[in-house]
Amino acid sequence: MARRTSGYGPPAAAEDGTPGSAPENAIAVHTLTSAAKDLVEGAFPPLWVRGEISDFKAHRNGHWYFALRDADAQVKCVVWSAQQRRIPATPDDGMQVLAFGQMTVWPVRGDLQFSVRAIEAAGDGLWRKALEQTRLRLEKDGLLDPARKRMLPAFPRRIAVITSPDGAALHDIITVARSRSAAVELVLVAAKVQGEGAPESLVAAIERVGRWADADLLIIGRGGGSREDLWAFNDERVARALAACPLPTISAVGHEVDISICDLVADVRAATPSAAAEMAVPSRRELVGRVESLGKRLAAAAQRREDRAVAALAQVQKRLTVAASTLAERRRARIESVAGRLQALSPLAVLGRGFAVARAANGATLSDVGQFRPDGTFDLWLRDGIVAATAGETRPLPDAGPISFLPELP
Amino acid sequence: MTFEQTLQRLEEIVRDLERTDLDLDRALALFEEGIGHLRTAGAALQQVDARVQQLMEAADGTFTVTELGG
Repeated sequence: MARRTSGYGPPAAAEDGTPGSAPENAIAVHTLTSAAKDLVEGAFPPLWVRGEISDFKAHRNGHWYFALRDADAQVKCVVWSAQQRRIPATPDDGMQVLAFGQMTVWPVRGDLQFSVRAIEAAGDGLWRKALEQTRLRLEKDGLLDPARKRMLPAFPRRIAVITSPDGAALHDIITVARSRSAAVELVLVAAKVQGEGAPESLVAAIERVGRWADADLLIIGRGGGSREDLWAFNDERVARALAACPLPTISAVGHEVDISICDLVADVRAATPSAAAEMAVPSRRELVGRVESLGKRLAAAAQRREDRAVAALAQVQKRLTVAASTLAERRRARIESVAGRLQALSPLAVLGRGFAVARAANGATLSDVGQFRPDGTFDLWLRDGIVAATAGETRPLPDAGPISFLPELP
Repeated sequence: MTFEQTLQRLEEIVRDLERTDLDLDRALALFEEGIGHLRTAGAALQQVDARVQQLMEAADGTFTVTELGG
């Protein structure tokens, strides 16, 4: 900092009455600083300055204050709140940045001040930080919880596609869907995917799909582009709308390497729009194969069931036959046994033991003497034949009592 | 019944039939049902191309889906 060694002291006589030319017409401080402001702003067009951030403060009044410095110098900087939305995140102390702005003087304090309108971090520091901050907020609200991830439907009937109507993404998705060619309907929900108003347009499209609620799946995405082009898909509002979508979602933003906030929130992340279509649309060939295989299994299972039924029937028949013949056998044995017993019990059987039975012509057994008439005829049944007989006189039994078959006791 | 439900039901039927302890009446009924689903699934696969349409929302909140050229 070179010190001027001359030029101090009262200005050279300019006693022409111009303001500040003499003690009598000294100017006010604010006049001086305002004049300095005009002078400085006139001298510097808006320009880029490179340096390191220090003493960063986000003030309660909404403005950001910091110093930009290098090894030898520093300048006070301000970012008015209205300018902040062009800057993805608040810069950190020590961060090397390029700041675009206007050199000026803040008349109130008489300070030189660089009024910043844009900041780019060397490398991608600021973008990274912005992503990280959004991610943390979403994570805090549980929106990145793996448990929230829904399964994609295996056979979506209708797929909503949120993208630009004239972008490469739509074309890629249609091409892949047609090549897989299952009976699926793609329904474009057009949205602005980059530039001013893109986040709002994407949010509106997501909410529209939710209200419509007549699709099975949502693909949201766009083809590759610069970081700024893809930035709408890192917007927190878009991410929250996507998380609230009632349908399962696939996010397909840019190329494989770009991971967006939408990718983190969606149920499934596809590396590209084509990959999203591949995941979403079942292949007709696979489906045909699956249906055919099910048909074969069905036929085979039915055939096996039928074979078993036939075998079971044969088995039953055999058992039935066996059971029937056993039954017949048993019945015959039983009849024989009954016949034998019947035979034994037949009153005629006593004839075999030497008794005779007297019977009238009408077949009645004559067992009392009173049933005989003198000279009446009757039949006498013996063991081996019948004798025609005529009754003589009747007389009582010798003892006039029943015959005792018991032997006399000694 | 969606295509997905049809295939799921078909899977179930085949699994049931592949079990051995199913009575014959039940097996025959399942087989008949399975054949029906097989026909439905086959017919659905006859539909060839993916259709591409566009969703429009009117000011009153009603939705229309129109064919998209190309």
